[in-house]
Amino acid sequence: MTAPSRETLAKLTPVLTKRWLSPDAWRLDVYERLDGYAALRKALATHPDDLIQLVKDSGLRGRGGAGFPTGMKWAFIPQNDTKPHYLVVNADEGEPGTCKDLPLMTHDPHELIEGAIIAAYAIRANRAYIYVRGEAVHAARRLRNAVAEAYAAGYLGENILGSGFDLDLVVHGGAGAYICGEETALLDSLEGFRGQPRLRPPFPATHGLYASPTVVNNVGTIASVPHIVLGGPAWWRTMGTEKSSGPMIYSLSGRIAHPGQYECSMGITLRELIELAGGMLPGHDLRFWTPGGSSTPLLTAEHLDVPLDFESVAAAGSMLGTTATQIFSDQDCPVYATYRWLEFYHHESCGKCTPCREGNYWMALVYRRILSGQGTLEDLDTLLDTCDNILGRAFCALGDGATSPVTSSLQYFKQDYLDYIEGRTAPMLSDKALVGAH
Amino acid sequence: MSEREERAKRAAAVAALSEQTHERAKEIIARYPIGRERSALLPLLHLVQSEEGYISPAGVEFCAEQLGLTKAQVSAVASFYTMFKRRPTADWLISVCTNTMCNVLGGQAVYDALSERLGVGHDETTADGAITFEHAECLAACDYGPVMTVNYEFFDRVDPSTALGVVEQLLAGERPMPTRGARLCTLKEMSLQLAGYADERAGAVGDGPVGDPTLRGLRLAQQYGVSAPGFDPDTPIARSAEQKDKT
Repeated sequence: MTAPSRETLAKLTPVLTKRWLSPDAWRLDVYERLDGYAALRKALATHPDDLIQLVKDSGLRGRGGAGFPTGMKWAFIPQNDTKPHYLVVNADEGEPGTCKDLPLMTHDPHELIEGAIIAAYAIRANRAYIYVRGEAVHAARRLRNAVAEAYAAGYLGENILGSGFDLDLVVHGGAGAYICGEETALLDSLEGFRGQPRLRPPFPATHGLYASPTVVNNVGTIASVPHIVLGGPAWWRTMGTEKSSGPMIYSLSGRIAHPGQYECSMGITLRELIELAGGMLPGHDLRFWTPGGSSTPLLTAEHLDVPLDFESVAAAGSMLGTTATQIFSDQDCPVYATYRWLEFYHHESCGKCTPCREGNYWMALVYRRILSGQGTLEDLDTLLDTCDNILGRAFCALGDGATSPVTSSLQYFKQDYLDYIEGRTAPMLSDKALVGAH
Repeated sequence: MSEREERAKRAAAVAALSEQTHERAKEIIARYPIGRERSALLPLLHLVQSEEGYISPAGVEFCAEQLGLTKAQVSAVASFYTMFKRRPTADWLISVCTNTMCNVLGGQAVYDALSERLGVGHDETTADGAITFEHAECLAACDYGPVMTVNYEFFDRVDPSTALGVVEQLLAGERPMPTRGARLCTLKEMSLQLAGYADERAGAVGDGPVGDPTLRGLRLAQQYGVSAPGFDPDTPIARSAEQKDKT
C-alpha cells in the first residue's frame, strides 16, 4: 500500500476524536488532564448570549444530518418567558452507515457532557436529557458513569462551579426505533409515548419537550461546543469551507482496506478519503456509495472529486447527511443493496402517515419480486410513482429518505434492474428466501 | 368482570413483581419532573424486562399502575419498540445485523448459518430456552461489519465460523468475551442497565479495547505527524451582550 500524499494527510484534523487515543479518556481524571472542563469554566464566566453569538460566528452546523446552523437554533429559544427550557441531545444513532456517535460517547463521554452543560447554560435550560439509543449499551454505560462523575465533581447539579447555574442531566435509554432519531419523534418517545413525529409548526424551539422551548442537537454538534469555546470561531473556521466550517467525522465502511473513523476538514473528497483508507480492497472497483447514510441519494465513481461539504454534495444531487460513507464495489449489486434498505425503512416506518407506511411496504415487495426474477418493466414505473407519492408527502424525513436509494439507483443503475427483469442476471432471492423474509 | 374483581386482579398482578422492582420504579419516576412522570415509561418497561424477561401482562399492569395509565396506553408503547419483547426471552439474545452494509459483507450468511444451527428464525427462542435469535437493523458499527451482538455487546467482523463458535460457547454455558464493550451479563441484568442503572460489576465500565477502525484516522495522523491547527485556549470571547446589559 502506498502512503497517502502529504496534501491528503494534511486534511486529517482530529479535534473531537483526539482524546480517543488516550487510554481511559472516558474517566474524569484523565479527561481533566487533557484540558477537560476548561471550556466550561470559560463559558460560565461568559454571558449566555455571547456564547450563542460565539457559536453563530463559528458557523457550526448540525452534525445529525440536516446541517442546520446551531447558533441560530439556540437563538430561537425565547428568553424572558415563564416556561422551563430543555436541552435534548439526540444520541439515537441509527441511520444506516452511521457510526460516529457511539465511539464518541464510549471513548470521550465527558466531551459530550461538557458540551451539554455549556449549551444548556447558553439557552438557559436547567434540565437536559441525552436520549441514547437502546442498543448502544456500552456507550450508555460509559455515559452514565461519566454523568455520575460529573455530579460528584460539581460539574452537574446545583450551583455549578459556584456560578449559580443549576443543571440536571439524565441519560435516557431508547428501546430500538430508528424513527426516534427524528427530533419530534424523539421528544414524543422521551415523554413516554410511541416515537412518532409531530406536526410542525410549532417547532421544538417554542413547543418541544413538555410543550416547552427545547433545543435538540446531535452528539457531534454538542461535542463540538467545548472546542469552539476554547479555540474561538476564527480557529474553528480554519478547518472546513466558508459555509461548512470545522472538522467532521467521516465514517468509512465497506470495500476499502481500512474502514474506520477519519476526522477531516470538511470538504475532503471521497477520492482523498479512500486514499486515507488505504485504497479499495484488492479486486474491488468503486461502483456506488452513500455520502451520508442510506437516506442520502447514492453517488458513483463520477463523484469521487465532489467536496464533501453541505453545499457541494447538494449540488451533486445528494446530501451530506451524517458523513457516513458506505463504499460499495463492482461486486455489490445496487438493486439488492437498495432492497435491503427498503426492508429497513419498511420495518422502521412508524406507521403514522400513509405514504411512508404503505409506500415502503409495497416497494419492498416490488424489490423482492424483481430480485426473485419475476419483475416486470412496469415495476420500475411503480417504484418511481411510489417515490413520487412519498417524497414531500410523508410526515417526516424518514419517508422522504426512503426514496433516496430507490430514485438514485434507478437513475444510475437502471440497467441492473433491467438485467434482473429480462433474465440476464440470475435471481438474487429464491422462493425459499422469500418465505423467510420478514 | 366487576370493577372490584378487576381491581383485585390488577393488585394481584402488580404484587407479582418484586418489592425491589417496586422500589426501583419509584427511583426511576423521580428522575423526571413532577407532572411529567410518564417520561419514565420506557425505563419502566426495561425494568419490567429485568425481572420478567419480556413485557408480561403483569408488567403492563405494573407500569399502568405506577404511572396512572391504562393497560392499552402501556401496551401501545411497548409494542412500538423492537427491544421490548412480547414473548419470554432466553438469557442470551443474539442479534445479527442484516442491513445493507453488513449484509453484503457477509452478515446474511452469518444469519443463515446461526438460524440453521439453532433451528429458529427471527424473534424466536430455541426449544431448550437457551438462546433468543433475531436479525437486527443497522447497529451503528459499519466500520466493524459484519457485526452481531449478544445482549447488545458487539462481536465484530464475524463470519459463519466465528459466529457459530460464539453460539457453541454460549450453549456450553460459557461466556465468550465480546470484541468490544463489557463482558457479558444476562439479558435480564442488561435490562436493568437499560432502565438507567449503573453496571455494578467491578471494572465493567472500563472493559473492552478501542478497536482499530475507531482509531484508524487518528493513528494515521499520529504516524505522519499531522494534527488539527493549534489554538490558544484563552482566545477571548466577544462580550457584546455583557456590555449591553451594563449600559
